Order: sequence, then structure tokens, then C-alpha cells
Amino acid sequence: MFYREAGDFKTSYREDNQTFPIRFDRMGFYVALAVAYVVIPLVIDDYWANAVFVPFLIYAIAAIGLNILVGYAGQVSLGTGGFMAVGAYAVYKLMTAFPDVPIFIHVLLAGGITAAVGVLFGLPSLRIKGFYLAVATLAAQFFLVWLFNKVPWFYNYSASGQITAPDRSMFGVFVTGAQTSATAKYMFCLILLTLVALVARNLTRGTIGRKWMAIRDMDIAAEIIGVNPLTTKITAFAVSSFFIGIAGALFFSVYLGAAEVGEAFGINKSFLILFMVIIGGLGSIFGSFAGAAFLVLLPVLLKNVLVGGLGWPTDLAAHIELMIVGGLIIVFLIAEPHGLAQLWRVAKEKLRLWPFPH
Amino acid sequence: MKDMNEGWVTADGRKIGGVLMELRNITLKFGGVTAIKDISFDIRDGEIRAIIGPNGAGKSSMLNVISGFYVPTEGSVWFKGYQRGPMKPYQVAQLGIARTFQNIALFDGMSVLDNIMTGRLTLMKSGLFSQAFWWGGASREEEAHREKVEKIIDFLEIQNIRKTPVGRLPYGLKKRVELARALAAEPKILLLDEPMAGMNVEEKEDMCRFILDVNDEFGTTIVLIEHDMGVVMDLSDRVVVMDYGKKIGDGPPEEVRSNQAVIDAYLGVAHD
Repeated sequence: MFYREAGDFKTSYREDNQTFPIRFDRMGFYVALAVAYVVIPLVIDDYWANAVFVPFLIYAIAAIGLNILVGYAGQVSLGTGGFMAVGAYAVYKLMTAFPDVPIFIHVLLAGGITAAVGVLFGLPSLRIKGFYLAVATLAAQFFLVWLFNKVPWFYNYSASGQITAPDRSMFGVFVTGAQTSATAKYMFCLILLTLVALVARNLTRGTIGRKWMAIRDMDIAAEIIGVNPLTTKITAFAVSSFFIGIAGALFFSVYLGAAEVGEAFGINKSFLILFMVIIGGLGSIFGSFAGAAFLVLLPVLLKNVLVGGLGWPTDLAAHIELMIVGGLIIVFLIAEPHGLAQLWRVAKEKLRLWPFPH
Repeated sequence: MKDMNEGWVTADGRKIGGVLMELRNITLKFGGVTAIKDISFDIRDGEIRAIIGPNGAGKSSMLNVISGFYVPTEGSVWFKGYQRGPMKPYQVAQLGIARTFQNIALFDGMSVLDNIMTGRLTLMKSGLFSQAFWWGGASREEEAHREKVEKIIDFLEIQNIRKTPVGRLPYGLKKRVELARALAAEPKILLLDEPMAGMNVEEKEDMCRFILDVNDEFGTTIVLIEHDMGVVMDLSDRVVVMDYGKKIGDGPPEEVRSNQAVIDAYLGVAHD
């Protein structure tokens, strides 16, 4: 009834091209933005920040990054954890080497360094596709973790082999280190996520996005209409790794505070983010958000229900939780292989006709 | 005798210009198989050039040589008076040669509009950063190109499916979208690989009309492969006939139709 495009006439191509062409969608987006920027920072506490919001925001950045590579450009990657580690170690080295530069700049630079590494490991994609490429990126994952473990320069020769984020502030507010408030953590990640989502949306709706999707859907035809496969795949790897690097930098510096590479950025992380992208919906920015929310919130929810609600022992609940999440993923993918984004799309199409479907 | 260098005017008043592309002694081998044997012919500015022949004659291979997808084993391709060196397919596209495929090669995951917009990729120049923030350049460029694409959408009468994902369209419309994508590149030469395969009579008539209109309105040179002889004879200005990788006839439709070698190839002949 309220969700209509009827009467909402577009008089220019710019209006027709906007991200939310339906007025109700647009309003919903602004409301969500207002809630995220105004309401949540006022009420957030340490538990909500650490258990829900900060990991969700960071995983959403990583999922958008991986979605660009897998969902838009069609290049499978299992190296996400490794690339996040590059971002984390890059930001660590930058933070300790240049303590006076704002952390925001460091995070972006860490993204840039990860982009360069991503391009390097993306080069094989010119020759190999599909599962074979997945195996090649898997090699990147193991190599990078091994590298950060073996070369002491990366962790500044610390005795534990861990990296620990020093206290850094922006505009007088701490965003890393022990003194950081929940609000600061949340806002810092939110601003970066907003930027990343905006850039991702812009890139995917324009020429570059079309090149990526053309390569994904049919690479031979893409080449014949004038898409250079080399530069297209490399930009996909670069942009994707840039975002994943930012996510890795935030994950280490803002969320964890201290990290050991094998534990924080192991192969599990690669799979987790790949699951987010698949469950959320390949080739959809909204899907990246949905997938990240699903896999961050579900364990928290289950833990609260099982331990808090039913009073089960924590270790039992932890195992059951894994099984339930795994089972749900399977059920979910059988029911809707195109992910949450597709469910959302179908719901919106139905809603447009509701309550008079004829 | 027509003047072969200056071109001529057809019976319906279209002007055929000088030689746009020339294929000289093209031979194409895949290992031991010779797909094309020593074929030469030219394509003139503004004409509709058909390539016909029985199955396996090497027509599609010939088209792939023209489009730069295959590099000929021997022989040379001359375009606008220059010899074309070995090129990547995407570089050929940038020269202004667009094509459609025998089995549709659209991007199924994208909408009709996006598919046609990909046709203009070679003409769009805005950089990564401009696009990332959608400031000025990228946004303006997108709108300018959208306007051109909308003209093609109007021209091919596919306004109502603009936002539909290509995967959902029926066959005939997909063929039309593919033509639209090729046209969006504003090509000098348009290569059509069996544009009417698998269509019913009405769809064929529509497609014929579009091909003639494209040639007439945009002055696009068209090279087409087609099996429907009626269509070929009606549409084309000149016809190349291939059989077993060799050229067995070349000329205006009426001349080719009465050529004994062509009749033999199509109807079969007793060998003794």
C-alpha cells in the first residue's frame, strides 16, 4: 500500500539511477542511517559494542570486500583471512612507526598495502578459474599467516609473537587501546563502513561494476565487447583487498586490541566471511550486510537463549551452537540458494503488489 | 561492370563505399584440421555482406578471424587500409568491430539496460576514483551514455524490458538485446553470427527489419552468417559462399544463386 513506485515519476536518468528508486526504500534508508548515527551511539554499552555491533560492522566491511571479488567479479577467493592479516600487520607497523599520524590515515594506508598484496596474489586469476583459483588463494592464506609468524620484524620482535595495538586517538578521543569507549569504537567502525559501502555501491553501479559482472557472467563475450580481462580482474582484486585490509586493520586495532596471526586470521576467518557472502547473497551490497548480521548475531542469540534462557552449561551450549549454526546454513542454502538478498528482493516484489496482487 | 574502388549505389539507393576491410589469403589451422583454406574477400563501407555455406564450412571461424578472436595461421587482415597485427579481442573491439554470437552470449546476471551499457564500455573513460565517489565526471558520463543507449532501446523496441534481468527473457528478445549491445558500441563493422537462428517467421521479419534499419540509419557495415537463404538473398548486397573451408563463390545474390559450384555444394552432386 505504501510501498509503491506508482506516482513516483522520474524525470532524469540520474533519478532513475539512484540507489533506492522507491520513495519508501529511500526513507527507510535514511531512518536506518539516523538510528545508526544518532540513536545507537547514545545507548551503546561495552557488551553490545564488543559482542554485536563492532564485529558486525567490521565483518560487514570484509564481506563487502569479498563480495566484490566473488559476487561481482566471479573470482573465488579463500584468502580473506590472510588479507585481513596483511591489513592488521600493516596498521600495526604503521601505528608503531608513525605514532603521530592519525589512525584513520593508517587504516586507509593499511587497506592500500593490502590492495597491493591482493593484486600480487590475484595475478594467477588471469590464467586459472574457479576451484583452481580457490586453491591458489588458499596458498596465499597459508603463506601470509606463515610469513607473519616466522618473520619477527612484522611483530616488532615482541617476545610473545603477538601484536598489541597502542593507544591512538582521533580528535582527542581514543579509538584504539584499553581506554577506548564503546561509542568511539562503534563510531570509528561505522564511519569506515559507511565509506566502504558508498564506494562499493558507486563502483558496482558504474562502468567498473559492469566490467566485473561481464567477466563473471561470460568472460569470452566480455573480452569481445572490449573488456580487458587483465585490468578488470586486477582492479577487482585491488578494490576487494583494499576493503578486506581495512576490515583486518579494524579487527586487530579496534576490536581485538591484541592478536596472534594464526588464531585471529586463520583459514576459519576466510570461510566465515565466505559464508557471510554466500548466505547474504552474491553480488549484492545489502547481502553483505545481511550475511554479516546473520553470522554475527545468530551465535550471540543462541548463546543467550541456551545459556541465559535455558541454563545449559557454557561448553555444551558452545558445541550445540556450532551445530545449529551449521545446520541453519545448510537449510538456508537449500531453501534460498541466492541468499538473504534474494529473499529480501522477493519480499519487496510481493510488497509492491500487496494487498492486491492482481 | 561496377567500379570496384569507388563503390556504387544500390538499387534501393544506398551508397556502397570503398573497401573497409580486406582479408587476404586467410588460412586457419587447428592442429591438423584446416578450417579455412586460402580465402580472400573484401568488405565495403556500408554494405551488407553475407557469408553462407553448409554446416562446417568454416563460416563462424571466418567471423572469428574478422573479430580478432582467432589469429589466422597465414594471410593478413587489412582494416581501413592498414594491416592489422595480432591483437587481443578487446583491442579489436576498440577499433570499432562489434559482434553477436550464434548461441547468445549475454550477461545473464545483469539487467537489459546494464547489458546494453556494457556495449559502450570502450567509449567510457572515467577513472576509478571518479567512479568511487560518483562525483562529476563519472555521473555525467553515465547519463550521457545512458541517453545514447535509450535511443537504441527505442530503436529496437525493447523499452518495456529495460530493467528485466536478461536471464528471464525469451530467446527472440535475447537476440534483440544482443544486437542492441553490439549497436551500443557504435561499430564500424557489425558481425552477426546467425542472427535469425531458431526464430519464428515474425521474429525473423522483425530482425530483418532491424538489420536493414541499422544499415540504413547508422550506415553500419554488416557482415552476417545466415542459413535462411530467403533472408540472405533479400538482405545482402554481396555474398561469399564457403564450402569445406574454401571460397566457392563471391558476388551479388543473383549471381551466386546461379553459380554451379554453389548449387552443387548446397544440393549435393554425384561424384564419379
